[in-house]
Amino acid sequence: MTAQLLLVQVLNGLQLGILLFLVAAGLTLVFGVMDFINLAHGVQYMLGAYLGAWLAAAAGSFWWGLLLALPAALAAGLVLEVLVFRHLYARDHLSQVLATFGVILFLNEGVKLLWGASPLQVPIPPLLAGGIEIMPGLQYPIYRIAVLAAGIATAGGLWFLVDRTRAGMLVRAGATNAAMVSALGVDIGRLFTMVFAFGAMLAGFAGVLAGPIFSVEPGMGDNVLILAFVVIVIGGIGSIRGAFLAALLVGLIDTLGKSLMPDVMRLFLDASPARQTGAALASMLVYIAMAAILAFRPAGLFPVRAG
Amino acid sequence: MRLREAWLPLLLLAALGIAPLAGFAASYEMTLMARMMILAMAAVSLSFLVGGAGLASLGHAACLGVGAYAVVILDAHGITDALRVLPAAIGAASAFALLTGAIAIRTSGVHFIMITLAFGQMAFFTAASLSAYGGDDGTTLYSRTELAGTRLLENRLVFHYICLGALALTWAACAMLLASRFGRVLRAARENAQRVEAVGLAPYPFRLVGYVIAGGFGGVAGFLLANATEFVSPAILSWQRSGELLFMVILGGVGRLWGAILGALVFVLLETWLAELTPHWKIIFGPLLVVSVLLLRGGLSSLVAPRHG
Repeated sequence: MTAQLLLVQVLNGLQLGILLFLVAAGLTLVFGVMDFINLAHGVQYMLGAYLGAWLAAAAGSFWWGLLLALPAALAAGLVLEVLVFRHLYARDHLSQVLATFGVILFLNEGVKLLWGASPLQVPIPPLLAGGIEIMPGLQYPIYRIAVLAAGIATAGGLWFLVDRTRAGMLVRAGATNAAMVSALGVDIGRLFTMVFAFGAMLAGFAGVLAGPIFSVEPGMGDNVLILAFVVIVIGGIGSIRGAFLAALLVGLIDTLGKSLMPDVMRLFLDASPARQTGAALASMLVYIAMAAILAFRPAGLFPVRAG
Repeated sequence: MRLREAWLPLLLLAALGIAPLAGFAASYEMTLMARMMILAMAAVSLSFLVGGAGLASLGHAACLGVGAYAVVILDAHGITDALRVLPAAIGAASAFALLTGAIAIRTSGVHFIMITLAFGQMAFFTAASLSAYGGDDGTTLYSRTELAGTRLLENRLVFHYICLGALALTWAACAMLLASRFGRVLRAARENAQRVEAVGLAPYPFRLVGYVIAGGFGGVAGFLLANATEFVSPAILSWQRSGELLFMVILGGVGRLWGAILGALVFVLLETWLAELTPHWKIIFGPLLVVSVLLLRGGLSSLVAPRHG
């Protein structure tokens, strides 16, 4: 493992972390403010990727696809909220898990029906094609750097929105004690809908960005969903700051683990079993990290909700 | 539990008992019924956890998977007698439940759901990395487990009644456990853990033992599932499978153990029927799931036996 390879892996890890953050931000707000487990958040990411791919192909430009996919993802989130999720806020977590699981089955099959089971390819926009030399003799794709920049900019905007505006104040207050906010005369139902639709759009945005990097296929949201849940549980439910740090942590652990673990295992084992156990351990690393963190801090790193 | 309330599941078990003698003995029907009974067994053990102890695990399929993998791994090493394989499957599944439960039960609510999911995923990736046993693709069990040196499990009728017996036994054992002093502490801790502590009992060891017991029954279900399908792959312990098991429990009704039997039977029938209608059956199944959660609050069992008071 050379320093160059390590740098590339760190960049890849950060970029996975940023995408995870965009998904996890909506999830943690919905979860924190409404006490609502939305397993269908992952398929909203998938939906964003499909809408982006489809609209980009139809309009002939990635940028039009991105521009049109965002309101489309927002609208899809609103429709789901009105049709299904709104009726679940007052129910127990188990009912929420199951009903949103039903939405996953429906949307995963739905995109298969509409766009076929084989993965869609999204070309990288010409403006961001090619690579850039980040170290002597080391090219890194511009698109991936752009994703990183876009994610960090979004995180900054989100921080401003949540920390410095009135709407954000209500959201933070809702995450701490929703009943109290409602008692103070805020239309909590409208706040819920807004947060929900906004979260769906962020997930969709992550999906569009991920399109040219990963393949766009049915079920692509499931793995992201589970990682996003790991992120918000590690970060502390309802905390944007926690989600951001935990997302970067999970992205780095996952990416570095996958490239480093087989080599680490080589120190103890022969080549073939080392590759095998290394790969298994690498896939498990984030879950091990989560179990370890929860064992010592059962409410995550940055708990929000007042006891 | 009042047995009078449970006439429907008793009737269903009786029907499953008579079915092979009453003309439903084609290979296809026997396979379907075996799948129903085995999943019902897993669902009952999960219902014991969710409804009884209030521990909503989203990783129960992992226990099934550990039991199933115990069968194929031992088979690959020439150990094929059920008298040794079954205890190993139960032991492995219980040990897995003990290790993961010891950490998971420290958390509660949503965190418990997520951490059991995380442990389920760990088991899934471990299974997918076992390249000696098929890795991602899974592995075939070339002959079913032997019973005291005989090939008894190969007989479809015998296997049918073994599954039925195992299901009835699981139900009876879980019901008896919940009715016992041990179960009373579990149920009390579900309602109000602080009060249980106030009367001088720590809920943690009770919950952990309950979790391990449910894991053990999951191991038996896994043992039977491996023998029924004669094929084991990581899909058996995917988180979607855990979600399906949880759905069976809720569909049947959380408050009653036998609701899980009802839920499992309806689930498998519905899945099979819809899959025959269209390859895209999930597009119908998903909304059905949503509607059933929204409308059937007490589950199917509350339709058959409305709760009084």
